[in-house]
Amino acid sequence: MADAQQTQNLTLVQSVRDGLYTEMHNDDEVIVLGEDVGKNGGVFRATEGLYDEFGEDRVIDTPLAESGIVGCSVGMAAYGLKPVPEIQFSGFMYPAFDQIVSHVGRLRTRSRGRFTCPMVIRAPYGGGIRAPEHHSESKEAFYAHEPGLKVVIPSTPYDTKGLLISAIRDPDPVIFLEPKLIYRAFRGDVPEDDYEVPIGEAAVRREGEDVTVVTWGAMTRPTMEAAENLAEEGVECEVIDLRTISPIDKETIVESFEKTGRAAVVHEAPKKGGIGGEITAMLQEEALLYQEAPVKRITGFDVPFPLYALEDYYLPSPTRVEEGIRETVEF
Amino acid sequence: MSTLERDPLEQVQVLDEDGNVVGEEPDLSEEKLVEMYRQMRLARHFDKRAVSLQRQGRMGTYPPLSGQEGAQIGSAHALDDEDWLFPSYREHGAAVVRGLPLKQTLLYWMGHEDGNKVAEDVNVFPVAVPIATQILHATGAAWASRLKGDEKAFLTYFGDGATSEGDFHEGLNFAGVFDAPAVFFCNNNQWAISVPRERQTASETLAQKAVAYGFEGVQVDGMDPLAVYKVTREAVEKAKNPDEGELRPTLIEAVQYRFGAHTTADDPTVYRDDDEVERWKQKDPIPRLESYLRDREILDDERVEEIQASVEAEVADAIEAAESVPRPEPEEMFEHTFAELPPHLREQYEEFAALRERHGDSAFLED
Repeated sequence: MADAQQTQNLTLVQSVRDGLYTEMHNDDEVIVLGEDVGKNGGVFRATEGLYDEFGEDRVIDTPLAESGIVGCSVGMAAYGLKPVPEIQFSGFMYPAFDQIVSHVGRLRTRSRGRFTCPMVIRAPYGGGIRAPEHHSESKEAFYAHEPGLKVVIPSTPYDTKGLLISAIRDPDPVIFLEPKLIYRAFRGDVPEDDYEVPIGEAAVRREGEDVTVVTWGAMTRPTMEAAENLAEEGVECEVIDLRTISPIDKETIVESFEKTGRAAVVHEAPKKGGIGGEITAMLQEEALLYQEAPVKRITGFDVPFPLYALEDYYLPSPTRVEEGIRETVEF
Repeated sequence: MSTLERDPLEQVQVLDEDGNVVGEEPDLSEEKLVEMYRQMRLARHFDKRAVSLQRQGRMGTYPPLSGQEGAQIGSAHALDDEDWLFPSYREHGAAVVRGLPLKQTLLYWMGHEDGNKVAEDVNVFPVAVPIATQILHATGAAWASRLKGDEKAFLTYFGDGATSEGDFHEGLNFAGVFDAPAVFFCNNNQWAISVPRERQTASETLAQKAVAYGFEGVQVDGMDPLAVYKVTREAVEKAKNPDEGELRPTLIEAVQYRFGAHTTADDPTVYRDDDEVERWKQKDPIPRLESYLRDREILDDERVEEIQASVEAEVADAIEAAESVPRPEPEEMFEHTFAELPPHLREQYEEFAALRERHGDSAFLED
């Protein structure tokens, strides 16, 4: 058929659901488990309708126990299923942290490839939705630091479905963090059929000659807004949406930096030990002689994520992003 | 009344401390009984040699098992070929029963990752050093097997200290809720390094904790291999084929003692008396089974000597085989991290390989 592919206009969270639905249809071994994922369809509706479609043996409401969910998924994955555990909020992943770093990321290495752990741990992450304490954290660096894990953060509905399908098909474990601030902020065209967006490849969202700005997840929006504002002043930003936090697409970043000679990184996680530092070091190692200004990190602060009365100050805003980029350009 | 329906406060026993029959004997052939005896002797001798290798600097830190041979060999024999074992890190004897060569266990404790490479036809998971984490893996695999419609049992070992961990609770809770065919085998050896069983829980027994998860718990004399076999066999059968209204999982508490240290890095004289050790040595599972087999004229002096000579030769061969395995190539660190080597790992490896090429191994290795 030469017809153009059928698309739907979906929000990011609907695209998560569509990706799960599509891959559960393609592969009987894919199961979804977690708290409230079944009858309730997930607290953000990311699993809506899956229970009715696939039944209680494939869409499983579990007891409230994060280590239990992830630890059982290790055994399930080793036994040949492809579990997609949902942790209701990324701020609740810490009880499962031991399982994630002690076993999920290491099983292939420890067993010299005899046992593998192909699972996708999904969690809504990040701030900006006026949520209670422990509901707004952005701790992607923890997981990126752990060998054996891949870490994916989409920022568009199209990428969400394609990356989620790639993650489920990946033979290794993937931490799939969903920026809940933009779960319903806008819609985008998403093909009805299955397709993959490759893990490990960044997307250039805007081309520009003056400065490379690297970001991901919910921060792509204020970054793009800042870039448009700066364009009016004659500063052309090249905006790179990382999409995969680990492994990082070094080639795209370095290539862009060799063109612009200046870089900024925008993330909502705290500055210290964040991925911004990783990218800064990468540019030092790979392209020092192209560097015309210090790499600027525009990030959350090194404080616990505040309750919502202060969250708008905490999160990098278009104004903060603009000022940071301007500093780099004017250095 | 099945063994498992007993009061969890009641300890199941078949042999008393002198090897006299005090309970109903399990249905085991003479051949099987001798095999169990031989494997217990093998585990004991292996343990002695492993500790000695560590003392001589020929092996890294090692967790001794002496005292626990009855629990390990008895329970592992209760599994059918298709069943699975999820060990902690002290079950070197049980691993042998399941088909993991001694050489592998030696290699692992000698610092070779290959020691964890279990052959495709051996249903044993890699050892788990973080406490209680493997309980969830066994529950998950057991649960997955039911979802796939298989009929297998999944046995996992852990110590008394593990019952204090959240993963113990979560693993048993999930197993109860999802009726997973799991057998939770607690090697209660009385000490979690230096902290006694009494400091792990205020419960009178560990077995009674099963009540909280809705399935059966049973306490067994863990130094009585026949009682351990019997209790575990019933648990395995129930996991695969429960009676109407009966849940599949079982928690077994095997009461025993580790004669030696927690690991070769530990000095138990700091926290326990010699009297205590001597008292527990009266329950040693090996002379108990030997006495039972001699009474039945299945064993005599000559056969016992033959067995001892054969286990010594087997362990010596395994040590020689393990020690002759060359140091693995550094490339092996990288190649199993992901199914496909990502570019950043290839770069790191190539950078290191170039340095090694330039300077030779003597620049990196201590010996």
